[in-house]
Formats: sequence, structure tokens, C-alpha cells
Amino acid sequence: MSKEIDSLSGVERFEDPGLPEHKHRKSDSDAIAANRAERQVAILFLLSALGTVGTIASYIFIDTKKFIYLPILGDTNAAQLALGTGLAASLFFIGIAAVHWAKTLMPDEEVIAERHEFRSSDEDRSDFVKTVKERAGAAGLGRRSLIKRSMGVALGLVGLSPLVLLRDLGPLPKKELSTTNWASGVRLVTDPGGQPIKGTDLEIGSVAQVLPQLPEGTERSLENIGKDAVLLIRIRPEEFNLNAERLSWTYNGIIAFSKICSHMGCAVALYEQQTKHLLCPCHQSTFDVTRAAKVIFGPAARPLPQLAIGVDSEGYLVAKQAFTEPVGPSFWERNSA
Amino acid sequence: MKKSEQVAGNVASYIDDRTGAAGWAKKNLTKVFPDHWSFMLGEIALYSFVILLLSGTFLTFWFDPSQQEVVYNGTYAPLSHVTMSASYASTLHISFDVRGGLLMRQIHHWAALIFMAAIVVHLLRVFFTGAFRKPREANWLIGIGLLTLGIVEGFLGYSLPDDLLSGTGIRIAEAIIQAIPVVGSYLAFFAFGGAFPGHVFIPRIYIVHVLLLPGIFLALITVHLMLVWYQKHTQYPGPGRKETNVVGYPLMPVYMAKAGGFFFIVFGVTAFLGAVASINPIWLYGPYTPGQISAGSQPDWYMGWLDGLVRMAPPLETHAFGHTISWNILIPGLIIPGILFTGMALYPFIESWISGDKNEHHLLDRPRNVPNRTALGAMSLSFMLISLINGGNDVIATHFHLTINGIMWFTRFGLFIVPPIVFIITKRICLSLQRADREIVLHGRETGRLVMTPAGEFLEVHEELTPEQKWTLTQHAQPAALALPSEDAHGTRSKSAGIKGKLRARMSEANASQVAAPTAEQAKELEGGHH
Repeated sequence: MSKEIDSLSGVERFEDPGLPEHKHRKSDSDAIAANRAERQVAILFLLSALGTVGTIASYIFIDTKKFIYLPILGDTNAAQLALGTGLAASLFFIGIAAVHWAKTLMPDEEVIAERHEFRSSDEDRSDFVKTVKERAGAAGLGRRSLIKRSMGVALGLVGLSPLVLLRDLGPLPKKELSTTNWASGVRLVTDPGGQPIKGTDLEIGSVAQVLPQLPEGTERSLENIGKDAVLLIRIRPEEFNLNAERLSWTYNGIIAFSKICSHMGCAVALYEQQTKHLLCPCHQSTFDVTRAAKVIFGPAARPLPQLAIGVDSEGYLVAKQAFTEPVGPSFWERNSA
Repeated sequence: MKKSEQVAGNVASYIDDRTGAAGWAKKNLTKVFPDHWSFMLGEIALYSFVILLLSGTFLTFWFDPSQQEVVYNGTYAPLSHVTMSASYASTLHISFDVRGGLLMRQIHHWAALIFMAAIVVHLLRVFFTGAFRKPREANWLIGIGLLTLGIVEGFLGYSLPDDLLSGTGIRIAEAIIQAIPVVGSYLAFFAFGGAFPGHVFIPRIYIVHVLLLPGIFLALITVHLMLVWYQKHTQYPGPGRKETNVVGYPLMPVYMAKAGGFFFIVFGVTAFLGAVASINPIWLYGPYTPGQISAGSQPDWYMGWLDGLVRMAPPLETHAFGHTISWNILIPGLIIPGILFTGMALYPFIESWISGDKNEHHLLDRPRNVPNRTALGAMSLSFMLISLINGGNDVIATHFHLTINGIMWFTRFGLFIVPPIVFIITKRICLSLQRADREIVLHGRETGRLVMTPAGEFLEVHEELTPEQKWTLTQHAQPAALALPSEDAHGTRSKSAGIKGKLRARMSEANASQVAAPTAEQAKELEGGHH
């Protein structure tokens, strides 16, 4: 880029012509215009008052169950609409009235106020510095290094107590992030419904959300669902592209994955039947069902953990073992690729 | 003496007898504020905050921030007998069984969106006009603090109803906490009182949302305004406006009426939006459960850029020595926002280091006259915009019939390619505008009127600018590049050598390369030549 600037020092610049002459408004000189402006302001204030009356009236008289049809808005709750527009009018017109008043009837002549540099006089500043030095010296901090150091230790440590006191906010994670309620022989039950399902209950191309059957009398918590949710997908067995071990984890074309996204824990709920892809609606990580939920797109770094399933003696689907890796998003202590 | 004047006099003396404030008040009631539409952006943020306090207080009278499970039996039939948290049930109660409750919820949410938008646009105004320069660096930092807290406060606010959408947002926040190396899972378990979602998170963020953060906001806003008051407002350049004065209208009565009126206008508009524009219809989402999700999960707009960054992150994780580090979460979720906000906070200091300018500035810059700053701002904006586009990639894909993959790849590359291009283009535009300024100051405005001279020559009539216009276009200072010696008088390498020194010299030179503002002398010379 060419250097196009000239040094401006000593060059005659354009002159500041100063504040332009003030042009008076019509209402400043014309009494009729001023009176008209006054009436306009009054009308605006009255419109606000009308808005308040409308608000109160609609609060009392309009049935909250009444819906009316309006163009653009569609079916709208009449009470909500009347209350809101009334409130809006009562506020808005006060504002417009005040601004109109200020613009038409209050003085509109610009005034000039001088600024002063914030910097104090040199004398004050050196006095200030001297005072600070003197006062600080009076405390003797510079000379008494024992006090300085011990104070440093005390002040450095004092912040620890509040941190320690926060310790009881929650329990330690222990193995909680790595374990689920899935174990060998645990039945898969539908969610919602809680019914055990047979391998034949699922059509080819369909998807079902299942949870582990909990022992009688145990209540299912949201924390459980947050780790245990599993998605069953049935495709034609020949469409699988799995190694022998993973293939043995499927049953009759049914494959089971953790529904909790390996990226940030959202529910991976979108299944594209044609492509056999699972998609997480949060960040669009896409997993290929036929290849053991391999990540084919998006920010997820790991496949969804696969659950080994089979059937028990009564033909109901069961887990053959617990998940072999932690489900859900990564964490520091996570010990597998 | 009129009756009203007598009353005013009595009030004044009542106050002064008890505080001795007459001297201070006399000075401050006539304080001068410059007038410009862009100075109202900060006001909108302030008024939205007041609206948030008022509408928020209303909501607290019915909201129950509890994750205890209850069975809903209110008027909203589709969710009858559904088990849900008390916070979701009470939000439904406010929406359907408290008259004006839905209106207040919607006013509160709209005001939050307007609050954040006003903060961002106000920040852009301050940035592009150089209002952050000495002596206003502290107010810039407070502003960055308010922006950051605003994002957090907004997120906590829309997380409170515990619906399916907001619960998903909390799930993502938990994953970000959990991804922090070494302490992540501990922090997550402490915050949630155990495994996600637990029963304590919403009560905890509730008190942060309604007490802790609003308290900090109030304190920061107070200091922010006190500094504006004390340092007096900046003003745009123009005839009669100097670094040493402030031209405008007095506080009493003009500004009181205008600013007070503007509060009611902002409130009125927000109330109107709350009346007619549905926002966050939580009853459509259902209660939160970790096993379900709604398609098109979107955060509020001010979180969108963050979500967009997370979406476009490459699938990178490190697995080593029995530990996992999620770069796909840490980089977009913590590292990039950290760099952006730190850079933004430090910008005033970086700029004054490059320019070596330690003077006070009360006259604002016209953005074109500071091409590098303007280009940097435009570049950062384009970065945010591309991230934001990717944050809405699913919605954009369905609305415009594009593929999500296409948008994702476009933004992944665009994030690196577009901002530098925007920088270059913006800088060229600024320099062209400077050239255009120079042109019309020296040669006048093209009127489009053609005149034929007696000799048969055609000329376009140029209309000379008024002295006021000429002054406005040429008043800005154009500092030369810093002369940074590489060796000092004794022949030793000076501090300003080194990489840092060279960088500074290069940048200061880049700042100085501009189109020279025309001078009166040049104008006179031309006059001599033309006629």
C-alpha cells in the first residue's frame, strides 16, 4: 500500500467555523404552533390513560379461554392480546408524549459546556505520590519483611476456606460416569411402557427406545435414564458391516446403541431409515448404524457405545453384558479410546 | 411567584437542608449531554435491564424453582396428568392460569433478547467510533464484563423452566464442564449435586439468576453510568465541537424528558412484542427427560455463535495414559471464546500501545478514518456471523433446502477464509471513502448539472461544500508512524528492537498509511488553478 500521508504539522488546515447559528422552531415564535404542540402532547398522554383503562377492563372482563382469529397472528388468546396491547399502549404513549414535549416545547438550543483534562496539576500529583509513599512507609511494610511475608501467606490461604466449604455441593463422581444399570441378563423394557420385548416385536426398519428392567420396587430416576437410554434398531442382518465380535452382539438384525450422544450427551433421536444413519439434533453428529455407529459426520469423536444383546429362555431381549465403555460425553478419567 | 415554582423551591431547600447538595445538584442538573441516535443504544440496554427486574420480580411470585416431581393438573389439557418437575409445572401455571402471566413471561424473554442485542450494538458503536480510548478504558472493561455476564444470565434464565429444550441446553453445559481436564467430572458432580440431571441444579441457578448476577449487574451498571457522568459523554466531531468541550442539551428538563420518555417507549415496544410475538412456548416441548429431544434444538441468539462453533468443531479427542481430553468441546466451548473475550477486553490497551497515543479523547472517530480498527471490527463480526450461521445450520437447511453437511463445510472453511477477506475489503472501502472525502472537500459535490461554455465545452457544475462540512471532513488527526529507533544513542540495541518492537513498528506504520486529509492550502492552490 502506498504511503499517502503527508505530515500535517505546520500546514494550514481548514478552520472550525464554530457552532452553526441556531434555527428557531415554529413553536418558539408562533403561539398557535406552541398551543397545537401542547394539545398534541396532551392527546398522547390521554391515549396512554386510555391504554391503562383498556388493560384493566380486559383483565376483568375478557375470558382467558377465549381465542380469536387474526390475520398473520392466527388463533390468538384474546385476553393475552388485549392485556398486552393495552399495557404496551399505556407505556408507549407516555414515552412518545414526553419526547414530543421535549422536542417541541422545551428549549432546543444546544449549549456548550467546557471539559477539563482529568490530569491534575503537576504539583498535586507529586504531592499525591509523596503522600502515598509517606503513608505506606509509615506502615513499615518495606522494612518489616517478616510481616510482609506472613501477610502474603495468610492472604494467599484465606481464599481456600470458602472453596473447602463448597465441597459438600455434591458427591465425588467415583465410578458413576462409567457405570450403567445394564448387566448380563437384564431385560430390555420399552420406554414408555416398561414392557419387556421379544426379538420378533420389532419390524425391520423400525426403532425403539428401551431401558434396563430395574429390580421390583426400584424407582427409575432421570439420572438413570440419562445413562441407561438405549436405542434398538432392526435392519436386515446382511446389511451389517461389523466384525465378528460386534456381529455377535446383535440379535436377528437388531442392534442396540446407547442413546446418549458420545459428544455432549444429547439424545441421539433421529434415525434415517434409508441411509441407516443416526443423527444427533444438537450438533448433527452422524453415526452409521451398519458400521457399529461409526462417526461419519459432525463433532463427535467416538462411536455410540454398542450394547451386546440376546434373548433369554422366554424369548425376551436381554443384555448379554454391561456396556464395555462409559456412555455419554467424555471426561478426564475416561479410560478407553 | 407561581405556585408550582414555590413548591419546586420548597423541595430544593428541603433536600439541601438535609444534605447540603445544592452546589452539586445545581451543577449536575444543567449537565450537558450530546445528542445522537447511536448514544441511545446503551440506554436501550439500561432500560431493558429495568424491565427485566420488574417483569422478573413478577414471575418469582409464582415460579417454583424445584426439580421435585409433581403431576400436572392445570388448565393446559395436553399435559394433564403428566409427571414433571415443579419448575416446569409452575411455568405452565404462570403461562395458563395466572392472568397476564404469559404476557410477563414473554416480556421478560423479549427484554432479555433486546438487552443482549442492545449491549452488542452499543459495544460495536463504542468500538467503531473509538469511544473506548483514554480515559474510558475502565468503562470498556466493565462493558465486556456486562456482556459476558449477560450471556451467562440469559442462559441460566431460559434454563429455569426445565422443559425439554432448556434441559437439553443444561445437558450440553454439563458436558462442557465435564470436559475440563483433571477437575471436570468433579466440578460437574459438585454443580449438579451428583449425576446429571439431579435435583439441585435448577434451585441453585435460580438463586444465581435472581440474586447473585442481578446484584453484580446493578453494581457494574452503577459504576458504568457514574463514569459516563463523571467523564462526560463523548461527542461526534463537527463544527464547534472540540476535545475541550461538550455540545448538547442540559439534563433538566430536556434530557430528563427525552431519556425518561425513551424508557417508556422501550417498555411499550417490549410489551407489544410480549403481547403479539410468541416466544419460548415451553408447553409445546414437554418436560425434560434425558432420553428425549426435540429436533431443531436452538439456544437463544446470543449463544448461537458458541453453539455454531461447537457444531463445526472437528472430531478430535486425545486418549492417552488412561485419560481423555475432548478438544472437540474444549476448543470451541472454552478456548476460542476465552481468546475472543480476552482480546476484546485488551483491545484499547493494544491499540494505544501500537499508536503510542496517550492523549485523552472525547471526540469520536469516523470509522473510515481509522481503517485498520474498522477492518478488524468487521473481520471479528464476520467470524461471529459465520459461527452464528452454523449455529442455525439445521433450521437454515430445512428453510432453504440446503444440506447440513454443505453448510457445515462452508462454515468450517469460511471461518478461516472469510474474515481476512472482510478485513481487506473493509480497509479498501475505508480508504476509498477517505479519498471520496478528499475529493469533495477539494472539488465540491457533483451536482449533475451540465453547462455548455460559449466555446462549446461541457462542464459539470461542482457545488462547494459549506465551511461546516469541510471542517467535519477534515478535522481528524492523522498521526504519522511511530519512529522506533532500533539502537539507542549509545549504540546498544534498544528495547524497541526485538520481535515485539518490529511488530509494533509494522503495525503503527500500517495505521499511518491513509489518504491525507486535504488542507486549506491545497484547496487554495486548486482554486488558483481552476478559475
